[in-house]
Amino acid sequence: MAIHEPERIWWNPLSKDERLWVAVALIWMLVSFIFMPIYHIVGSQNPPSETYAVSAEQFDKLVKGMVEKYKVGEENGFPVVHPKPGEPVYLKASMWQWYPVVELEKGKEYKLHLSSMDINHGFSLQPINLNFQALPGYDYVLTITPTTSGVFHIVCNEYCGVGHHMMVGKMYVK
Amino acid sequence: MANFDFRTCSISGLKIDKASENLVRWNLIAAFATLAVGGLFALLVALTRWPSVHLLPLEFYYRFLTLHGIDALLAWIIFFEIALVHFTSAVLLGTRSYVPWLGWLAFALMLIGGGVINVIVLLGKADVMFTSYVPLKADPIYYLGVILFAVGALLGFIIFFINVILSKRDGGYKRSLPLGVFGLGAASIIAVLTLLHGAGIFVPTLLWSMNLIPNVDPSAYRLVFWGLGHSSQQINVCAMVSVWYMTSAFVVGGKPVNEKLSRTAFVLYILFINIASEHHLLVDPVLSTWHKIVNTSYMMHLAVLASMIHAFAIPASMEVALREQGYTRGLFEWVKKAPWSNPAFSGIAISILLFGFLGGITGVIFGTEQFNIIRHNTWAITGHFHGTVVAGTTIAFMGFTYLLIPYIFKRELIWKGFATIQPYLYGVGVAILSIGMMSAGAFGIPRRHYDVTFSGAPFSFTFDPAVDMFMSMMGVGAVLAVLGGVLYILIAFGSVIFGKEVQ
Repeated sequence: MAIHEPERIWWNPLSKDERLWVAVALIWMLVSFIFMPIYHIVGSQNPPSETYAVSAEQFDKLVKGMVEKYKVGEENGFPVVHPKPGEPVYLKASMWQWYPVVELEKGKEYKLHLSSMDINHGFSLQPINLNFQALPGYDYVLTITPTTSGVFHIVCNEYCGVGHHMMVGKMYVK
Repeated sequence: MANFDFRTCSISGLKIDKASENLVRWNLIAAFATLAVGGLFALLVALTRWPSVHLLPLEFYYRFLTLHGIDALLAWIIFFEIALVHFTSAVLLGTRSYVPWLGWLAFALMLIGGGVINVIVLLGKADVMFTSYVPLKADPIYYLGVILFAVGALLGFIIFFINVILSKRDGGYKRSLPLGVFGLGAASIIAVLTLLHGAGIFVPTLLWSMNLIPNVDPSAYRLVFWGLGHSSQQINVCAMVSVWYMTSAFVVGGKPVNEKLSRTAFVLYILFINIASEHHLLVDPVLSTWHKIVNTSYMMHLAVLASMIHAFAIPASMEVALREQGYTRGLFEWVKKAPWSNPAFSGIAISILLFGFLGGITGVIFGTEQFNIIRHNTWAITGHFHGTVVAGTTIAFMGFTYLLIPYIFKRELIWKGFATIQPYLYGVGVAILSIGMMSAGAFGIPRRHYDVTFSGAPFSFTFDPAVDMFMSMMGVGAVLAVLGGVLYILIAFGSVIFGKEVQ
């Protein structure tokens, strides 16, 4: 019993049932194990790993440069930018806003740079529910191609203080 | 040996010395108390996230959520596990506690650490959540409290090794440990590794919060923190699986069908779970894709294999035992005739089912990099770990309490009828809660979020209206689970104080 010492020799061969169960579990496990990397190569939606170290000041400067160059309007005090397809897009997370409002074109590939000015934030694009982590000190580069047009919102889903629930940004795909 | 005060438990036949008895008792009492506090915070937090109730004001929501994590996840479970350390390494082997003073030191450190954390968070100086990701800063006292608690826990788990090594000399065992003790051994090994990660990250963070070092890298913090945060869940899994085996043995006389298989599975936990905790970082910058894939695919699935083995071995042990008792008609007579009204048995049966089907399966899915994109930091993750830690570990520990109260406290259970329904009530509640959270999370509802209607935000956004139903479902589940939890606390404390003494 599990509460008593086992017999002297307990290294015994598995019975047929046990062998079958372990074999099924092992095969299932191997399928999942192989499928994840295979999908990483053939699939079209995978987490990227392109990252650069960046200071808050440097990243802020990049955002300002993009806003100056590509500003097309304003909404609720936030500039709306429409960068040329292929140009880098910078999205700044800080307590408690996503800056600026970004306008992308459907079917075009973009490099979306994500960084935080202060603490951890969570980039959560709704309603399609895509989630990435925004860290201070790091520029996380997401290579994205919008496939549906419409209005999207960016919710923060990493706790970032009392204003966390008010941290909502906006993104257009035209 | 003559100097030590042993008694023989009339129900279980266990040989229990006074020092171990007191250590198990007090660690259990601390566990009950912290669960009561953690459960109270759970109720308040859940009622806040139930959209039509939305109970707490803003700051208190985050403050109580931080404490819910500390008290219900950290304190309740680790106090119970230290009680299990003393129970398995001394009581089950029939030898004494060799270092009771160290046991009390560990207990005191955990109590002081837990108290310090609770006070500093209630004072509003550490609204940083259980994870306290830097550079979100808490008062240095908070980190100090965490370190005190962790050092206490580390000492507690070290006692396991001391007792087991010395027990052999006194004939506690001849060659191999009983499986229940072996499982706690695996838990203790993982605990030492895990708590070293804790020291590795909380000591620099404490120094940083005191302005003694300029910064702690936020990415490195997340990596090492999860070496503590997720690996420590494998302490819980090992302790829980041990409790499954031990309950099967105590209640139905279940014998592990193959010791080799069960023991190998515990070793798989030790070897692979630590690196697998990297699934928390799947959508983080910094780490390379292949680094993440190796750790979360290859390593994680080997740990999952271990759970698959236990999922077979434990019901098998029960089936064999019950068939030997004569319930051999058809395939399932043994299921029908199992002691479903014994809360220790129903507790682990529910724990096995829910841990596997709610917590385990979702864990494997959400730990896949592509699925992680659509679940990371949503409420689905919260649903997953309520399926593992609450529906799995907590219910198993609740069930085991109904054995420990007569064995260790020498008291009969009060309210036997309520005790019979308690695991079902709690299990149903947690299952509803967990499914509600996972479903709402599938629509993108974030975790740790005060207001998903985003009042005061510069842009307004409304989730799919279906989320209201799932969030309310979570609320209903939470209320049921809290009722089950209140019953448990009342029965546990009530039996300890007013229960009829076992002769």
